[in-house]
Amino acid sequence: MNLAVSIGSLKLKNPVMTASGTFGYGEEYSEFVDLNRLGAIVVKGLSLQRREGNPPPRIVETPSGMLNSVGLQNIGIEGFIKEKLPFLRRFNTPVIVNFFGDTIDEYVEAARSLSSVEGIHGLEMNISCPNKEAGWITFGTDPKATCDVVSAVRRVTGITLIVKLSPNVTDIALMARVAEEAGADAVSLINTIAGMAIDIKTRRPRLANVTGGLSGPAIKPVALRMVWEAYRAVRIPIIGMGGIMNSEDAIEFMLAGATGVAVGSANFVNPTATVDIINGIERFMAEHNIADIKELIGGIVCRSQS
Amino acid sequence: MSRYFRAEIAENRQLNRDYNLLTFIPSGGSEEPEPGQFFMIGRCMERTPFRDLYDPFLKRPFSIFRITPVGCQILYRIKGKGTSALRDAGEGTFLDVIGPLGNPYPMPEGVDIPLIVAGGIGIASLMFLAERLAGRAYIFYGARTGDELLFMDDLRGYAKGLFISTDDGSIGKKGTTLDVLNDFLTRCSSPVTRYLIYACGPGQMLKAISEISRKRGITAYISVEENMACGVGACLGCAVKTARGYKRVCSEGPVFDANEIVWSDGYELSSKHRQLKT
Repeated sequence: MNLAVSIGSLKLKNPVMTASGTFGYGEEYSEFVDLNRLGAIVVKGLSLQRREGNPPPRIVETPSGMLNSVGLQNIGIEGFIKEKLPFLRRFNTPVIVNFFGDTIDEYVEAARSLSSVEGIHGLEMNISCPNKEAGWITFGTDPKATCDVVSAVRRVTGITLIVKLSPNVTDIALMARVAEEAGADAVSLINTIAGMAIDIKTRRPRLANVTGGLSGPAIKPVALRMVWEAYRAVRIPIIGMGGIMNSEDAIEFMLAGATGVAVGSANFVNPTATVDIINGIERFMAEHNIADIKELIGGIVCRSQS
Repeated sequence: MSRYFRAEIAENRQLNRDYNLLTFIPSGGSEEPEPGQFFMIGRCMERTPFRDLYDPFLKRPFSIFRITPVGCQILYRIKGKGTSALRDAGEGTFLDVIGPLGNPYPMPEGVDIPLIVAGGIGIASLMFLAERLAGRAYIFYGARTGDELLFMDDLRGYAKGLFISTDDGSIGKKGTTLDVLNDFLTRCSSPVTRYLIYACGPGQMLKAISEISRKRGITAYISVEENMACGVGACLGCAVKTARGYKRVCSEGPVFDANEIVWSDGYELSSKHRQLKT
């Protein structure tokens, strides 16, 4: 049984990775999960300088999901390389660093400083944060801005480059295509969906930041639809995520066109979710006589078979 | 022994209108918890009849109330979706538990005289400590009304001195635990007594404890609460503002030195939205 997949130049032993921001820097879950079993570890998003993040409350539960406004708190690229990466180097699982900047220059500088570090195997660009150069328009929602920032990063890095797409757009297929044309090796989707919640007694927003990002099973149908739309638009591999709780969910994403899948909020509910999902996929493949997991990718049947 | 384990409910007893006491038996045992630590508790996915039922979604953090020969106990107030679901879970129900998590209350040194200050449901995190410090600690325990006061006999047994107060005066002194504590400190302080405060309760009470701590030069350890998703330091959701920046309640807390916490006046909106409004 072959579970291996490729994302850019990365060879993953299975398609299951962690979603950035839900698995810390790997260490936090190492007592629950054998990190060697994972397809890849995607770490919490990093910026050139460390960030404090937003005031609390930062998270609130909503029906079948949660909103977060952590605000990109992180220890900075230098802090990560010094304090966190040595631990991750002990495992034979590719490490993908999620990163972001406020300006194109910051993205470029971040990508440059991450690209030739031993133990960093791939990059995931988070383009869903505010762009200070263009007011409140974001790199993730304006195709021209997406193209500019991805091309600029592509020019300075030779390692596998994944662009994480925002779902807060009208046409996800267009955004995926723009990322591909700008040189991305893969796209990952979806990031959280913008949302909010209000306490009706105090009339206060439940998040100090008022709005936040929705994740969890509540967003799974939206994520699945977007993966399917992106799959039909691009040739590069897709990493699907959004509310994956178990192996059935993961297989659904692969059938919709995902080559890899990322497990996010499920880690919070079940710290062994990633490994449980890998085991579940293996069981499914055995039960259905699937020799190679690649048979599942884009395997959705939309027309009647005759 | 794993800190992620399955547990079976041995008892889930209603104590009064809002409070329940849950006893669970960890299957295969668990690490020995210390006073001040907590568990993340949620439904057992494998045994949930409707596996795709994700509401409530996240596990909830609960202080360890006490360890009995039967199992681990948590005392909880039924407040929202998570605790309501837990209330409805009967004997024999399986739970998935992560823990013990977080840092315990630092133990007093030989010369310290511990003062345990519990407001309302704050007793949930302090009972275990009271038991550990049996015969040594003065205990200040208050609630809104007398029927919210729980485990008075146990506390009487553990306390060197027990000071009870209620907002309505139905039991003990009329007023708050803070009034009683201030009284005590004014009457019973001398240059040689070294008090050490342990407190858990509403935010306003903890804020007042940090003021008492600063004014009177008494070290105070407080257990703080924040919305929490993972409990293990990964999600950065449970941040609390401290003199050294944001700290995670689950990992650097839940017990903090009261002077470390930066209290916000009222409600802090992010700078982004303050800007947008003007």
